[in-house]
Amino acid sequence: MSRERSFNMIRTAVSMLVAILVAFVIILIVSDQPVESIKIFLVMPFSSGSYLGNIVETAVPLIFSGLAMAVMFKANLFNLGGEGIFFIAGAVGSFVAIWPKFPSVLAPLAAIVVGALVGMVVMMVPGGLKAKYGANEMVTSLMMNNILLGVGLYLLNNLLRDPGMASLVSYKYRKKALLANIVPGTRIHAGFLIAVLCAVLVYLFMYKSKWGYEIRMTGNNAKFASYSGINVAKVILIVHMVAGAIAGAGGIIECIGLHKRFEWTALPGYGFDGAMIAMLAGNNPLGVIGAAFFVSYLRIGADLVNRSSDIPTEMIAILQSIIILLISAERFLHKYRQRWIEKGEKK
Amino acid sequence: MENYLLEMKDIAKIYGNGIVANEAVNFNLKKGEVHALVGENGAGKSTLMKILFGMEAPSSGTVTLKGEPVRFSSSKDAIAHGIGMVHQHFMLVESFTAAQNIILGMEPKKGFSVNEEEAVRFTEEISKKYNLEVDARAVTRTLPVGIKQKIEILKALARGAEILILDEPTAVLTPQETDQLFEELTNLKQQGHTIVFISHKIPEIKKISDRITVMRAGKTVGCRNTEDVTEKEISSMIMGCEMDTTIIRTPCKRGDVGIAVDKVSYIDKNGVQALKDFSFSVRQGMVFGIAGVQGNGQVELIDLMTKKRGLKNGDIRLNGESVKKMSIQDIRKMQFGYVPEDRIEQGIAGHESIEENMISNRYSTKEFCNKILLNYKKIAEFAKKNIESYEIRCSGGKHLVGMLSGGNMQKVVVARECSHEPKVLIAEQPTRGVDVGAAHIIHKKIMELRDEGCAVLLVSADLSEVLKLSDVVAVMYEGEIVAFFEETEGLNEEKLGLFMLGLERHDEGQIRRAVQ
Repeated sequence: MSRERSFNMIRTAVSMLVAILVAFVIILIVSDQPVESIKIFLVMPFSSGSYLGNIVETAVPLIFSGLAMAVMFKANLFNLGGEGIFFIAGAVGSFVAIWPKFPSVLAPLAAIVVGALVGMVVMMVPGGLKAKYGANEMVTSLMMNNILLGVGLYLLNNLLRDPGMASLVSYKYRKKALLANIVPGTRIHAGFLIAVLCAVLVYLFMYKSKWGYEIRMTGNNAKFASYSGINVAKVILIVHMVAGAIAGAGGIIECIGLHKRFEWTALPGYGFDGAMIAMLAGNNPLGVIGAAFFVSYLRIGADLVNRSSDIPTEMIAILQSIIILLISAERFLHKYRQRWIEKGEKK
Repeated sequence: MENYLLEMKDIAKIYGNGIVANEAVNFNLKKGEVHALVGENGAGKSTLMKILFGMEAPSSGTVTLKGEPVRFSSSKDAIAHGIGMVHQHFMLVESFTAAQNIILGMEPKKGFSVNEEEAVRFTEEISKKYNLEVDARAVTRTLPVGIKQKIEILKALARGAEILILDEPTAVLTPQETDQLFEELTNLKQQGHTIVFISHKIPEIKKISDRITVMRAGKTVGCRNTEDVTEKEISSMIMGCEMDTTIIRTPCKRGDVGIAVDKVSYIDKNGVQALKDFSFSVRQGMVFGIAGVQGNGQVELIDLMTKKRGLKNGDIRLNGESVKKMSIQDIRKMQFGYVPEDRIEQGIAGHESIEENMISNRYSTKEFCNKILLNYKKIAEFAKKNIESYEIRCSGGKHLVGMLSGGNMQKVVVARECSHEPKVLIAEQPTRGVDVGAAHIIHKKIMELRDEGCAVLLVSADLSEVLKLSDVVAVMYEGEIVAFFEETEGLNEEKLGLFMLGLERHDEGQIRRAVQ
């Protein structure tokens, strides 16, 4: 059994490696100076404190969306609504960051709580539909994303928009509402600490609490859960609320951590990233942190290649798709797994 | 050297999860024999047959068919070589007619559509040829189990099977149906077919087979001519030692009514009346056995009792409380245990540990939970205690349940349902597909509960089990109780079989006594 678990880790590592190799091939084909580009891609993100800072700051929203998705996946629910939640929670949370005059620590906290609540309430729509009517959560959540984008843009256009600015952005957030910088010389903000704390809490919730137990049993075999006396409909609702709150918090934290105004005019894309990160992490909340860092590292690498050589940053999208493909393909490396396990038995 | 039709040599199979299912297995077939393959569950019989039928590839070893080495890559491949298999769980499309099921995948064509007339004609022809009577136009869903089995056998024969593998064919049959099957098999044998007969039941093996291969713990113990061994010898070859599986039934101490089913009727979604005015009651301290061929309303009855289906007509009371307004959660809060028929589908979460599976019906009680957090230390102790008392073979409480053998898996289910002093226990086929050793432990535990004053409802198609455990027995046929026996003394399987087939029926007065 332990061999089985270690095999999954190895498989994940190989998937990552294959993805990076494919990146090399792409670079070799497109670039005039391939060796240089590969070097930039792999090494440069580690070359300065500010790049390292970029990795951390990019990882923060990825951790939140990864956690939200991990909780969903653990319950065997395929809800991709994190995307819309990030956006709407950012937009609504921005109200709190712009107008009310809270003191310094309370101000960002209030914004985060509001963001989380928004996420929770909004996620109850696909959750409730699933629990009560068996509506497919993937379909409803994807529809919700469009609705939330529309509502968010309406809020931005009509209520939040700063008429003094040429582009479509909100009024400035109050200074006191911004998340404090925690490492001078970088843009790493207190949101990172919240993200790590959140991962630990989600881990405890999933593996130590009775709700986590209910969620895992339901995800593993819903018929068994229901037969055992677990209220499956309630579990579905709880999962949606928890995941919604996490994604909502992630949305507003990204806004008040990195930006000075609400600047999103399209869905930020974190929802889908979250699905990949949860898969990479094997749905383990603590693993999500590592997976988020890996993806973030690839992003920064690609960004640097894009800036300093002739490779387009879209390459990274291809990379991510390959990782998802390999990890979700359960039979990838199956032959080797079989042989390896047979060897283990013969010892 | 003898000339074998089929020879499997030094077969080994190691599954992806590390389980060694076969190791140095040798098996051979002579043309025109009935060869019994016996052994406990988890002994590796199914795996060996899956290899023969091309469903699994062996890790090592050779298969020789008619002198040629072969390696089947799929079942299709095996079928093409004249091997057919009748699975324990039938592989039939329920909404198709018998003829449609038999021609599936080799349909006679008329233009672009299936030639239904030809299909019926073909079915009738082979049905006559092999002396296996089926109504070609009957919809499969409406047919009794025995007939479905015939359709399965015909399906294999229609595809040119010379070697026919039957996986536990008698598990679902009444004694009368079994006799008929044996006649048909003898007939097929005389026509030159070779039959592999997988079974647990030693008397049957003795009756039908020419040779026996015994497997234990993934290895072949030996191959004998059936006439040279006694039933006792076969049994000790299977077990590795002789084992006493008798259950001593103390006199029944009847208490209050634990389960009361009162005039329950139910019509299923196909419009079939699954239960008709069904009434009986079970008192505390007794085992009430319900015998019956599967599909005569047992599933519906239990679903209504456990609130998997909504109860509309009639009433069911557990410990005096009507379940009508209750949810599954409410029932679970009472002292209630339920061993479901299908352990994999309902009884366990395979990817979780034994510990976590052991507490699913009471994880939120004070014993294991302080309102928020689960007390994993206590859970581990609890699981450890049960692993010992039920002799669950595993590496410890963290062992994943899905990796256990069928018998050990079932012990986990029974341990969970029986270890919280239930006042009512529903046991649905509690030892189906479970080896003799595990079955004995499960039987002992059920009897312990009875002696402690639990009302036990035992629903089983295994008549020897019903007779062994029950204080009173009712027979279920087409949604009704057709017979009620107040004692099991002098009752035997043949007698029950007549009622199970609907050939006989007690008078109303006797049946009414099921309400006690």
